[in-house]
Amino acid sequence: MVKEEQELANRPDNTAFTQQRLPAWQPMLSAGIVIPGFVLIGLAFIGIGVALFVTSRSIQVLEFDYTGVDQNSPCFKCSDPKVLNCVCNLNFSIDSLFKGTVFFYYGLSNYYQNFRKYGVSKDDVQLSGDLTNFKTPSDTCSPYAYDSNNQPIVPCGSIANSMFNDAFKLYQIINGTNTLVPFDGKGIAWWTDYNIKYRNPSITPLKNAFNNTVKPIFWSKPAYELDTSDPANNGFINQNFLVWMRRAALPNFRKLYGRINEGDYAQGLPAGNYSLEIAYNYPVLSFDGRKKVVFSNVSWMGGKNEFLGIAYLVIGSMCVFMSIVMLIVYAKFKFPEEDGVPGH
Amino acid sequence: MECRLQRGPCVGEEIWVDSRTVYIGHKDPPPGAEANIPQRYPDNRIVSSKYTFWNFIPKNLFEQFRRIANFYFLVIFLVQLIIDTPTSPVTSGLPLFFVITVTAIKQGYEDWLRHKADCSINECPVDVVQQGKVVRTQSHKLRVGDIVVVREDETFPCDLILLSSSRHDGTCYVTTASLDGESSHKTYYAVQDTMAFRTEQEVDSLHATIECEQPQPDLYKFVGRINIYKDKEEPLARPLGAENLLLRGATLKNTQHIYGTVAVYTGMETKMALNYQSKSQKRSAVEKSMNAFLIVYLCILISKAVINTVLKYAWQWSPDRDEPWYNHRTENERQRHMVIRAFTDFLAFMVLFNYIIPVSMYVTVEMQKFLGSYFITWDEEMFDEELGEGAQVNTSDLNEELGQVEYVFTDKTGTLTENNMEFIECCVDGNVYIPHAICNGQILSAASSIDMIDSSPGGYRREHEDLFFRALCLCHTVQVKEEETVDGIKRGIHQGRPTSFYISSSPDEVALVEGMKRLGYTYLRLKDNYMEILNKDDEIERFELLHVLNFDSVRRRMSVIVKSSSGEYLLFCKGADSSIFPRIVSGKVEQVKARVEQNAIEGLRTLCVAYRRLSESEYQEACHHLNEAKLALQDREQRLAQAYDIIERDFVLLGATAVEDRLQEKAADTIESLHKAGMKVWVLTGDKMETAAATCYASKLFRRSTQILELTKKRTEEQSLHDVLFELNRTVLRQRSISGYDRVSVGLSVDCLDFGLIIDGATLSAVLKANQERAGSGNYREIFLEICRNCSAVLCCRMAPLQKAQIVKLIKASKEHPITLAIGDGANDVSMILEAHVGIGIMGKEGRQAARNSDYAIPKFKHLKKMLLVHGHYYYIRIAELVQYFFYKNVCFIFPQFLYQFFCGFSQQPLYDTAYLTLYNISFTSLPILLYSLVEQHITMETLKRDPSLYRDIAKNSLLRWPVFLYWTCLGVFDAVIFFFGAYFLFDNTTFTSNGQMFGNWTFGTLVFTVLVFTVTLKLALDTHHWTWINHFVIWGSLLFYVIFSLLWGGIIWPFLNYQRMYYVFMQMLSSGPAWLSIILLITVSLLPDVIKKVLCRTMCPTATERAQVTYCHQLHSETKALNCLVSRLGVRCLSCISCKSIPLVNHPGRPLGSLIALSNSMI
Repeated sequence: MVKEEQELANRPDNTAFTQQRLPAWQPMLSAGIVIPGFVLIGLAFIGIGVALFVTSRSIQVLEFDYTGVDQNSPCFKCSDPKVLNCVCNLNFSIDSLFKGTVFFYYGLSNYYQNFRKYGVSKDDVQLSGDLTNFKTPSDTCSPYAYDSNNQPIVPCGSIANSMFNDAFKLYQIINGTNTLVPFDGKGIAWWTDYNIKYRNPSITPLKNAFNNTVKPIFWSKPAYELDTSDPANNGFINQNFLVWMRRAALPNFRKLYGRINEGDYAQGLPAGNYSLEIAYNYPVLSFDGRKKVVFSNVSWMGGKNEFLGIAYLVIGSMCVFMSIVMLIVYAKFKFPEEDGVPGH
Repeated sequence: MECRLQRGPCVGEEIWVDSRTVYIGHKDPPPGAEANIPQRYPDNRIVSSKYTFWNFIPKNLFEQFRRIANFYFLVIFLVQLIIDTPTSPVTSGLPLFFVITVTAIKQGYEDWLRHKADCSINECPVDVVQQGKVVRTQSHKLRVGDIVVVREDETFPCDLILLSSSRHDGTCYVTTASLDGESSHKTYYAVQDTMAFRTEQEVDSLHATIECEQPQPDLYKFVGRINIYKDKEEPLARPLGAENLLLRGATLKNTQHIYGTVAVYTGMETKMALNYQSKSQKRSAVEKSMNAFLIVYLCILISKAVINTVLKYAWQWSPDRDEPWYNHRTENERQRHMVIRAFTDFLAFMVLFNYIIPVSMYVTVEMQKFLGSYFITWDEEMFDEELGEGAQVNTSDLNEELGQVEYVFTDKTGTLTENNMEFIECCVDGNVYIPHAICNGQILSAASSIDMIDSSPGGYRREHEDLFFRALCLCHTVQVKEEETVDGIKRGIHQGRPTSFYISSSPDEVALVEGMKRLGYTYLRLKDNYMEILNKDDEIERFELLHVLNFDSVRRRMSVIVKSSSGEYLLFCKGADSSIFPRIVSGKVEQVKARVEQNAIEGLRTLCVAYRRLSESEYQEACHHLNEAKLALQDREQRLAQAYDIIERDFVLLGATAVEDRLQEKAADTIESLHKAGMKVWVLTGDKMETAAATCYASKLFRRSTQILELTKKRTEEQSLHDVLFELNRTVLRQRSISGYDRVSVGLSVDCLDFGLIIDGATLSAVLKANQERAGSGNYREIFLEICRNCSAVLCCRMAPLQKAQIVKLIKASKEHPITLAIGDGANDVSMILEAHVGIGIMGKEGRQAARNSDYAIPKFKHLKKMLLVHGHYYYIRIAELVQYFFYKNVCFIFPQFLYQFFCGFSQQPLYDTAYLTLYNISFTSLPILLYSLVEQHITMETLKRDPSLYRDIAKNSLLRWPVFLYWTCLGVFDAVIFFFGAYFLFDNTTFTSNGQMFGNWTFGTLVFTVLVFTVTLKLALDTHHWTWINHFVIWGSLLFYVIFSLLWGGIIWPFLNYQRMYYVFMQMLSSGPAWLSIILLITVSLLPDVIKKVLCRTMCPTATERAQVTYCHQLHSETKALNCLVSRLGVRCLSCISCKSIPLVNHPGRPLGSLIALSNSMI
């Protein structure tokens, strides 16, 4: 009796799990499934690719380098760092209507916003409006935490300090007169950045919050005076500032400056001659950088990007091609046991 | 040290360097003996736990950081703490903490269990005699020298010397089942001078000391001496041996109580405790390749860091790049020396890339092994009804090694055979006697059962016959057990006395004594040193048992010296023919030898019986030799052997016996399967060549077609060893060159012509010895190995236990370094079990020593098939995938980060956020691979069992060889390149969203990371062949967890973080159409090459495994088709079967049709 009980105790459980007999689905990557699968995937990809490619093709992009390296460049005169407050005009013409909302970007090349030390050189607490960090900015901001007089810099850090400060004005030349094409600078930064992540201190006027602090060394205006026209676009929630603070991933990048979607230009930029007035302040030649401006309209898939469409087309056709190769191989090496046609 | 005068002069070996003196009852010895040097002994506390509450954390941490991988991560963590590094210390600290904690919890739990067990042992009550009274105390308070009282069925609390017993003859019975698993009752003897003590007062009055050797782990060895002081006399010295020493853990049986036993070894010094010390660790081949891969990855890591550091400084040569105006350094950094800066950069790169060494791999492997080994214990098919036990796992480190076995070394007796002996016949001087055991359930009378074949009447014959039967009745160590309840296996003799059993540690002896009984001579009992025999004429004969010369495996014989009632001194000896024949002086050697050989050919176990008449003086001389040897404290074994050698000679041959040992159930099938699986099976046995060869034929180790090569003493006597070896080698090579071409075309089919080699112990030692003498030239060892390599089966007979281990070692060390497995059941197999890569013990009848020392223990030999072909195969493919996948997923993880350095000015900018870096290995990708490695079954169990040749597919560590590793690494690099450059071109100067906003670097990293997590998880999904609900749950669950985590991580401003860089990044990414499209594209592209490779390989050069998968699937298909028609006729929607649906085949193992019936049932 005792022995029987003992046996029962020792006997392993007869469950599907302990006996490794759980019911299971056992798929197999046999040619029979993969070839039709490849054809399907290939065709789908080709379809998507064509759609993407066509969409991408319909997007218009206009790009100008205004660094002024070339002597003939209109901004050549400004490229000398000694020249201050230089303004240059870039004239261009558009042959056909630039449809839809036109986005105006500035672009920098060979500019490493993704340097590690650069990237951490800001104080998120300060930027969320915490006044204690106005007085004592975080160490990560160094060497742009305090100026030479040991005054705290607000906003501190390399990113803020190096904010892009070229200014652009676009004019359409109609019968020799310049008509301003307005840039809409709202909503160019992420909604969450503007509304949640970055906050000004809740002190009015905003200027008072910045008492006993100094503006970043490179800046010409303090943070609370970035946009004199719109008081809600100052301090840390200035849209251009927010755009700049979102670091680019790669050394060649574009950042949104404004949209053209107002008045006569709501349907796009009509054909004609234009002049872009550039307040040339930002030095890039010292590190062999380039500056450019880009006009672009967008589609549902964003800006012009032929890569994605082409990639889809290539992969799609590769899938179809591979399925043919596999079919040949399969016909040649078919297992005697397998009948090849799946299903029924 | 002092030299004590015993008998005669002081001899060198009697200087007791390593001995202890125990004062019984803690009494001082009388003055004039020796100075009382108090010795300190531990108390009787058993401590099997490794840690205490206080030292657990430091000790466990120390143990864990001794592991190179853990130490590496600790260093990385410290570097992160000390210098300014790109990632926060949390990223490596947290996974390390996780790994350390998981391991610590596991070890802590195991230790807690040990503590609990220790506690219950240490606190159990014990009776001690103090001042003439019995006092109850706790076990751990016992001290050396205490006198203990033990009652029936109690377990001995420490190692004790038996002083007196309640039995009048001063013996007690003991089972050592918990020590070595031998359930038989062993007899232990009290010291002669104290056996008369009956009361505690008497015992307490004893004045004696015990001198014995210091504790040592051999259970069967003890030498000591008791000195009894009686008033002013010279102390009386008595030898003490293992028969006087009761071991801790053994249980007292059939004896009411034993009095006045004295503790000699306590606590951790008891033989039981000494035996529980851990064995040397074996490491599996997988672990070795894992470490090799780790080193490669370490090199990759270092070279990556070096390349990046060098490039960084080359790139930064121009000052504008080094320090552009927008990114000035602090004054401190500028002043730092260039070399220090470079070194810090190097360390920073190391930190950035350190994740390429998979931190959680070790802990996952450990968990996989630990949890996975439960499947062996749980396996119902390996449960033996008779024993009431299933398979045991003693080490889980070697699970996967079971799938790599190339050589199987098996013992014969008890392993291949049942070790359930049945007496078949005996022959006296050539006359054969066969007992007709049971005919139609009716037992024939004893007299009629003697069958005389060759009747040659005469007194001489009669005399030998009598002596022969008496010899067999007397020359043994069998005990008679007269109760119904015997623990362990019952061997009932239902002849008149249903309540008596014969019990012995050797089944042969029981078979012989029972056989004698059937022939009319019944051994009744041993009483007061007299052995009683009931002879054919129902008369009781009494013989005084004077000495037992115990059996040992070197001598291969045992003897007894008895004094008959007529006063004759007789020495009976039984043993292997090879150990008896050289000592024969007269008798019908030729006839007996012929019969022995014939029996051996039939596969019977034979023993020869001989006797010698001793004159009084001869007997005295023998006594003298034996006593002298028994009294020796040192080299007692050797001296006993010498004494035995002197005494056991000049025999007169009586006859021989034959006992049959039946083959174990399915032994032949198992061996055949192992052969088909490409394993070479060697049988190592102590048996005779003929017997062993017969067993080999019966178990299909040798087939009729097998060409047998003999390398035996018989042959080497005719030719020189050199010639024989070279001739055999030539034969083998010639055959191979002929069949070589055929074999290629035949492919995987089993070789049609194979060789079997038979070698005996003597020749083997000659082969090995020759090599030592003439190192270099004439390398016999190499030739021998060459021959062995070409033989599918080898039989080594006449092997000593150590030779078995030698053979295993020889094969292990040969140039292919094959994986060896040794399987055996007896103590003589322990050395080879310990030597082989994998040691398997059979829970047999000859005790539990083999099972205890093995890595795995199984009830029967037939279970080896499932163990290797199913469990081993599964464990191997599981762990191989686990290891390769771990490296792969970490290459995928880190290589994009490496590529990113080229685009961020080598500034060590991490691509991924801290949370992703931290959690990638410990939560996003950890569970799917762990569960995969626990439940994956690429082929069904039935197929694996049916087709053993599938085992060849994974032979030689095939899934972890360098090409495979390279493939995985290249795949990882390819995927990483796809991830990175896919995202790179996508981000190249364009916007992703219809509102024209731009994404930043964290979106870039998150995109890469998302593709990464999905790709590596889906890659595992592609490799999964066996989708149970668990797999579905963890794979899809992990992906879902990643998405939910990312949404949460980016959805809230986390107050405890001083940066909010991930805020809304993931959501923003998902709001963009091209991001979705590119994620899909990149995942597809990353998986494509692997899919194509798989399909092409499967079609063009399928492995046997893949064929089997197809066949299995196909079978299901064709049967499903039939079923579908049936079902569709019933109006049920027709199943479209693109994949195989497997239904648990519990009721119909091996038959897909069974599953189909189940399927149809479930459908209707």
